[in-house]
Amino acid sequence: MKADKTLDCMGLYCPMPIFKTAQKMKELKAGEVLEIVADDKGIKKDMPAWCSSTGNECLGLEEKDGEFHVFVKKKP
Amino acid sequence: MADKEKLTLVVFSGDFDKALAAFIIATTAASMDMEVTMFFTFWGLNIVKKNEGKIKSKGILRKMLNTINRGGTKRLTLSKFNMMGAGTWMMKQLMKDIKHPTIDELITMAHDMGVKMIACTTSCGVMGLPEDSFRTEVESLAGAAYFLEEARNSKTTLFI
Repeated sequence: MKADKTLDCMGLYCPMPIFKTAQKMKELKAGEVLEIVADDKGIKKDMPAWCSSTGNECLGLEEKDGEFHVFVKKKP
Repeated sequence: MADKEKLTLVVFSGDFDKALAAFIIATTAASMDMEVTMFFTFWGLNIVKKNEGKIKSKGILRKMLNTINRGGTKRLTLSKFNMMGAGTWMMKQLMKDIKHPTIDELITMAHDMGVKMIACTTSCGVMGLPEDSFRTEVESLAGAAYFLEEARNSKTTLFI
């Protein structure tokens, strides 16, 4: 999946990935995609929950070598 | 602008671990666009007392209380296994090891995200705490009626 911006949250635990995502999303334009890279397993449930609360779209999650790549599209 | 979902937290405990839980919940909720109010009462006041400086209270009992119960994030202890400070120290090391934010950092984050922090007037009265006993993030003092008004309008209310 392609992203317009990337956010590195490797080594960070809840609430930091969510907190940083909320902040970084402010920099994106509507419709742009942010890729969040994290290794905290909690992100598998946390990110869809955050998207559901804020109205942003969770496009999907890819797992490779212990890294979770989550793609979130900014709401219009 | 659509009304945000509200979360109200009563923070009654003054323990290190409970303070962490309170602020992690508050900052995460704020990240999820919730409007968060934290009402600090009784031992919870210790979490938001200023770390440096004197707490000016009147009367021998109050002065004694505010000496043994000085408060401030740097003096908070674990609710279990404090072991005269050794346990709390160890927990801080573990947190540092995984780069977990400190309570001070969480308080700053919460404040930056618009989390409202209120101190309880009655607890302050009982313990003789003047308004300047608290850190700058504490917005104001209020009572139970204010808390209940916030709580009745909140989707979620938690007691810590």
